[in-house]
Amino acid sequence: MIEILQRLGQAALRFFARLGRGHLFLGYVLLGLPSLIPRFSLVVVQMWSVGVRSLLIIVVSGTFVGMVLGLQGYNTLVRFGAEESLGVVVALALLRELGPVISALLFAGRAGSALTAEIGLMKATEQLDGMEMMAVDPLKRVVAPRFLAGVFSTPLLAALFSAVGVLGGFFVGVGLLGVDEGAFWSQMQATVDLYEDIVNGVLKSLVFGVVVSWIAVFEGFDAAPTSEGVGSATTRTVVHSSLAVLGLDFILTALMFHE
Amino acid sequence: MAGNTRSGDDSGPLVSIEGVHFARGGKMIFAGIDIEIARGQITAIMGPSGTGKTTLLQLIAGQLRPDQGAIHVDGLEVHRLSRGRLFDLRKRIGVLFQSGALFTDLTVFDNVAFPLREHTRLPERFIRDLVLMKLEAVGLRGARDLMPQQLSGGMKRRVALARAIALDPMMILYDEPFTGQDPITMGVLVQLIRRLNDALGLTSVVVSHDVQETLAIADQAYVLSGGKVVGHGTPESLGASDSAWVTQFLRGLPDGPVPFNYPAADYLDELMMAPTK
Repeated sequence: MIEILQRLGQAALRFFARLGRGHLFLGYVLLGLPSLIPRFSLVVVQMWSVGVRSLLIIVVSGTFVGMVLGLQGYNTLVRFGAEESLGVVVALALLRELGPVISALLFAGRAGSALTAEIGLMKATEQLDGMEMMAVDPLKRVVAPRFLAGVFSTPLLAALFSAVGVLGGFFVGVGLLGVDEGAFWSQMQATVDLYEDIVNGVLKSLVFGVVVSWIAVFEGFDAAPTSEGVGSATTRTVVHSSLAVLGLDFILTALMFHE
Repeated sequence: MAGNTRSGDDSGPLVSIEGVHFARGGKMIFAGIDIEIARGQITAIMGPSGTGKTTLLQLIAGQLRPDQGAIHVDGLEVHRLSRGRLFDLRKRIGVLFQSGALFTDLTVFDNVAFPLREHTRLPERFIRDLVLMKLEAVGLRGARDLMPQQLSGGMKRRVALARAIALDPMMILYDEPFTGQDPITMGVLVQLIRRLNDALGLTSVVVSHDVQETLAIADQAYVLSGGKVVGHGTPESLGASDSAWVTQFLRGLPDGPVPFNYPAADYLDELMMAPTK
């Protein structure tokens, strides 16, 4: 009995120690951000590798999600003779929820895991130690630009996801199922609100971007410096950031969308 | 070059380690060691695997903090320096890691240019010339456009060496420079360490368990075991040492003060004992 309690206590202590390390780490990274202002090219290079390289998966997934929304929305709305509202359904679903959430999940899988693996391998191969011995702070030189690139990239990717999703819904609804084109766009234009829907969606994805990038760089930096350590850190990044995104989405939705 | 290499009192040792105790994970690694590293010389620190040779380099460079004792580098007490001052000191120390620790996403040229670009505001034209000079010194000017993955282990270490001397340091710490190298590469490295030390007026610390290669170039050598210094002096005086420990290590004898057998219960007793769970 005592032993079980002891183990439970140890696990809890480990969890909180790690949580504390994670927050201290975030603090140091944030302190390192001003040093990037004169060297913004470091961030641009990282935006290429985390942002631009995620474009394909984002565009393809966005198109298909939009097409499925078009099909499902049409099948439901047509029963009430309201298929003209298809544009509204597709746009709101994407802007408020699916765009920020799915793009953040995809980002965690595509870019977050790559960030963790990259930083973890740099640690395992003594590159971070080497940098520190050359009097260069790896938190400023390696971690901060990657973190910032992740934070910048997620809202842009989410916006792109929603945009191609709307086009996918348009293609299925108007192109294949014969919804009136004018009604599709005009109802969308009349109903979607700049602040309520678009800004809130962007805010959501910004929060997701911070959380996913934070988890990804922390897991990499905190990984055991071995190949197994890097492997399990990569898995943890995907699992933890997916859970964090879905949990935070509920909280943010509850805070943002209430009548 | 000499301008930034000496700042303190030129007569004393460059590094002095006094009564350093260090434990990690409940395991005692150093139980009071004293080492002096003289300016302009190559000092070898030898000992079997697991005696904390790499740890010693990390202590000198301020990556670890001793539990007791003090370490002075060029008159500065490493563990009392602020982070900024410590980083200033590190700019004057080059470290050659066992793995080379080259940045895998940069070319050979950019790897050597890295410290120059981080710490100086030199125009790119000067950086190019400097990098080519450092690469020429290790014989790899022709490999400047290769990526680290395309290099052999020995070439990686030479590039890392070029990077370590990029900022014209006062001292280079070599962590196991010969491990896992073929005889030709080993010869190249041995010669490079000696040549760079003399040509650039450096001070070198070589941590290694490759006895022959290390003693061939060392001016002074320390032998570590069980957290203590068990012998030190010139390679010649170590060779003539009557310490059982030093003799076992230098000659590579399988049994001696470091026993062949891991501590265990008496062999006969254990065999005759009834099996218990």
